[in-house]
Amino acid sequence: MLFTTNLTDRIRSPQLRISERARGSGSPSLLLAILLILVVGTTIFVFAARLYPAPAPISRDAVLVDRQYNLTLYIAGVAFLLAQLGLAYTVVRFRDRGQKARFLRGNAGLEILWTSLTLFVFVGLGVLGRKAWADVRFTAPAAGAIQIEGTTSQFVYAFRYPGKDGKFGRIDPSFVSAPTGNPLGIDPKDPTGGDDIVASELIVPVNRPIELLLRSQDVVHNFFVRELRLQQDAMPGMIIPVHFTADHIGQYEIVCTQLCGLGHSNMHSLLRVVSQSEFEMFLNRQAIGP
Amino acid sequence: MLASTIAESVGRSAGANGSAGGYLGPGGGASPNGATPQRAYITGMFLALGGILMFFSALVSAWVVRRGLPNTDWQPIPLPHILWLNTLLLAASGVTLAYSRRCLRTGREADHRYWWGLTTILGMGFLAGQLLAWRQMLSTGLFLATSPGASFFYVFTAAHALHLLGGIAALFALAVRPPRRLTPDTATRVVALYWHFLTALWLLLVAVFLLAG
Amino acid sequence: MALPGMFRRYVFSTDHKIIGLQYLFLSLAAVTIGLLLSLCMRFHLVWPAARLPFVTGGVMTPEQYLALVTMHGTIMVFFVLTTAPQSAFGNYFLPLQIGAMDMAFPRLNMLSFWLTLVAFLVTLSAFLVPGGAPISGWTAYPPLSGMGEITGPGEGAGQSLWIAGILIFCVGSLLGSINFISTTIDLRAPGLTLSRLPLTVWAWFVTAILSLLAFAVLFAGGILLALDRVAGTSFFLPAGLVLSGQLQTHGGGSPLLWQHLFWFFGHPEVYIAILPGMGVVSHILANFSRKPVFGYRAMVFALCAIGFLGFLVWGHHMFVSGMNPYSSLTFSMLTLSIGVPSAVKTFNWLGTLWGGKLQFQTPMLFALGFISFFVTGGLSGIFLAQPALDTSLHATYYVVAHFHIVMGVAAIFGIFAAIYYWFPKMFGRKMNKGLGQLHFWLTFAGVYAIFMPMHFVGLAGGIRRYADSSGASYLVSLQPLHNFMTIAAFITAGGQLLFFYNFFRSMKQGEVASANPWDATSLEWATSSPPPADNFAGQLPSVYRAPYEYSLPTAAQDFLPQHLQSEHDPAQEGRSC
Repeated sequence: MLFTTNLTDRIRSPQLRISERARGSGSPSLLLAILLILVVGTTIFVFAARLYPAPAPISRDAVLVDRQYNLTLYIAGVAFLLAQLGLAYTVVRFRDRGQKARFLRGNAGLEILWTSLTLFVFVGLGVLGRKAWADVRFTAPAAGAIQIEGTTSQFVYAFRYPGKDGKFGRIDPSFVSAPTGNPLGIDPKDPTGGDDIVASELIVPVNRPIELLLRSQDVVHNFFVRELRLQQDAMPGMIIPVHFTADHIGQYEIVCTQLCGLGHSNMHSLLRVVSQSEFEMFLNRQAIGP
Repeated sequence: MLASTIAESVGRSAGANGSAGGYLGPGGGASPNGATPQRAYITGMFLALGGILMFFSALVSAWVVRRGLPNTDWQPIPLPHILWLNTLLLAASGVTLAYSRRCLRTGREADHRYWWGLTTILGMGFLAGQLLAWRQMLSTGLFLATSPGASFFYVFTAAHALHLLGGIAALFALAVRPPRRLTPDTATRVVALYWHFLTALWLLLVAVFLLAG
Repeated sequence: MALPGMFRRYVFSTDHKIIGLQYLFLSLAAVTIGLLLSLCMRFHLVWPAARLPFVTGGVMTPEQYLALVTMHGTIMVFFVLTTAPQSAFGNYFLPLQIGAMDMAFPRLNMLSFWLTLVAFLVTLSAFLVPGGAPISGWTAYPPLSGMGEITGPGEGAGQSLWIAGILIFCVGSLLGSINFISTTIDLRAPGLTLSRLPLTVWAWFVTAILSLLAFAVLFAGGILLALDRVAGTSFFLPAGLVLSGQLQTHGGGSPLLWQHLFWFFGHPEVYIAILPGMGVVSHILANFSRKPVFGYRAMVFALCAIGFLGFLVWGHHMFVSGMNPYSSLTFSMLTLSIGVPSAVKTFNWLGTLWGGKLQFQTPMLFALGFISFFVTGGLSGIFLAQPALDTSLHATYYVVAHFHIVMGVAAIFGIFAAIYYWFPKMFGRKMNKGLGQLHFWLTFAGVYAIFMPMHFVGLAGGIRRYADSSGASYLVSLQPLHNFMTIAAFITAGGQLLFFYNFFRSMKQGEVASANPWDATSLEWATSSPPPADNFAGQLPSVYRAPYEYSLPTAAQDFLPQHLQSEHDPAQEGRSC
């Protein structure tokens, strides 16, 4: 014998070895196929029946985002269906029923085909999705946009309007004092700050472009309105502008999505989209105030 | 000299153990008794250097970003003059180390030990000089948190010095007791790779500080 | 043998097999703790007002919930998904599969394990200090994580211990990577060319390269964060921060810098978590389809491509961070591209099954499950890869669903597949087949039940890391989904008891296994179960063929082990020599 004893089982009869190995029957494949069909079916059903829809979009940019989402959903859905059902079919069809396996090392043509196809589809999706991003992020807000500053802190939102002079007062963190009514730290000596309006909700007129300047006083926060399909982190040390034009009057929730401390889940506010006249009334009311 | 050292080491290990094809060829790397082949220690050291390089690259990128921030409070820091002497000491230690290895290869055992010892002293001199450099910085009022430039200076020099300390420990260890699993040639090559890398890294860091102004 | 000897043999061992088992048991302990933490979280999301016996104060506070979130993520990502697939199975089986006696540097290997264990204990100890564990998530974004207790409970000593634990883990990981790569390059058996390596070896090799480069960067970031916390530096902390009404004295740093450093590590990290599983799946599929892996070279290229591209996509975690929006598009295109090698692997797995002779042993079932989950998780990724869509999905439960399906399910199925497959080799006994199959069905159905609904929570705007739905009013409408997921989670977690029972019982009482119970071709099956201390009883093998020569038409039987010289080996055909 040329080989050491730990190889003795190798010289057992091939028949015995095969039966030891192939102890599984084909039924696991049928059960797996059924489960896969169930998963695919349930998922497609929930999507198709729109059981948990995102709220309707309220801006043109949001509608563009939804179109790109739907396109991606169809493509992903088809891929999901084909892959999972393909797996189900394969495991059932080729379960061990005593056949010999086909010896295949691969197929260069197939490799090239499915690699190119996948590359084309994925990159194509990316290219098509560019516009929805570019429209919001690469372009400045339209002329005449109303500037509003949004300041986040643990765990509240504060929105500042520039007032009649159209200018924001200078902010200096050393002036921040919530108890004495200056939560944002507006420099009391800056005359342009005197008429600034600070509110805890974001009130905007419908169909007017808004430029929201996001700031943070302490940690990283976030501004997210589902209906606008708009989300942006508020980064301390930076002022980050985003812009939108809301085209539906209504009340929409603003939530913070960036973990900011123990009050994270309670940090929320409201976006109120109102008519132009109501917006002016709001500004005047605030200006007249104490 | 470094390039030829590397070329030598690759050529040598390709021939060792009788396996053809060097690193990427068919196996047969392990010695007949299954022990780790000498060239694996060289591979391991190169990999370690790769990791250390990534670490310092991350710090350098942080430095680049921090310097380039708008509204930055970045101010150039005056470099302690002793840094130049330290740099010379470290560069000299590289030369003595390479010469020490040449002595080992040509069988001049006593010379090898002499220049190895000199390398160790020069290395310790570098570290002592770095401590003096820190004292000079502190005496000008530049502490770790005083300014971002100072912060990076301390972080870079401390990180480098700690790595070099490891190198000095290795120099001592090899002088005192030859390792069991590595041949003297491999052991000294591994240490030399590490040492030359840290020397080159130091020169790079000095260039970085110079660029900062 | 006397106690000191046993100590040396089983505790401070330099034997890669013992070290592999040590890592495996460490990861099993970690996954148990991580799972329990997640059950506490899911319980809280349904019954937030319940009084819990182990919670200080009775009712769980938001900060305690966030501490659970942070530690669950940290323990699972580092001590389960980075440890089990690579450090545990890689350590045990890499030397065996390349025909070596041990790793290149056995003592360094032992050091790596002990560093990892110390890291685990240091990280866990964050629960025990005043203030508790940190609340900044496993991502630890400053300034929340960078300023001490003033930003929130747990941000004092808890966060410091967390950073210390992670730094120690980085060192252990780096040393381990050096070992893996050197071993693969320099210790291969004669005849084992790179194109004859099992795909498991390729996967561990690429993963180790990713580890070496990525953990070095995390180490640097962690040092800088620690300095910001304790030394007053301002790497990540900007000027003008006001916390608790007090102006802070830091200046000029950038929180975005941390995000870049962290995600430069963080993205390769998730490929570190999944690549070994992909290798194991390929290996197992070939074995139980009785066919070579379809497109072996394409699979190797795909592994390398995923590894390489994995370093170029980190910005997709930062689309809404305030990063330059033009970079976002670049990161987006690169992220979509990484879907290509991933899809190629999936197609090749299906190609491996196609025309095969499929046998549904438990390892095969888990490998098939891996494919299903990898497809699902991968496809949800193409939504997140587009910044226009990510703007509505970032930090929602959609992301949580995505990464749980790829990491918390697919990668875990890879681990289960590896355990069931290699258990006979490691312990000389087989796991119980009935229990294994039941474990599979329960887990497969269970995790789909947990994580598919989670997508819908996210699409409707359910935000992650929320301790409850007391904030925005629309969150309440998502509660039924949360209830369903929690129930599914508890049932599925209970099902894992089947696995643990099977695992530990079979170690002692399982059916005795032969050297090669699965009729496999790779070198680990060419030695006894378990292998002797030097792996091959003094006779290191040589390799004569590719790793997956199953059902070769000209061969006498349907598998040709790599180490057997001739196709027509007299020993194989039942004739004694």
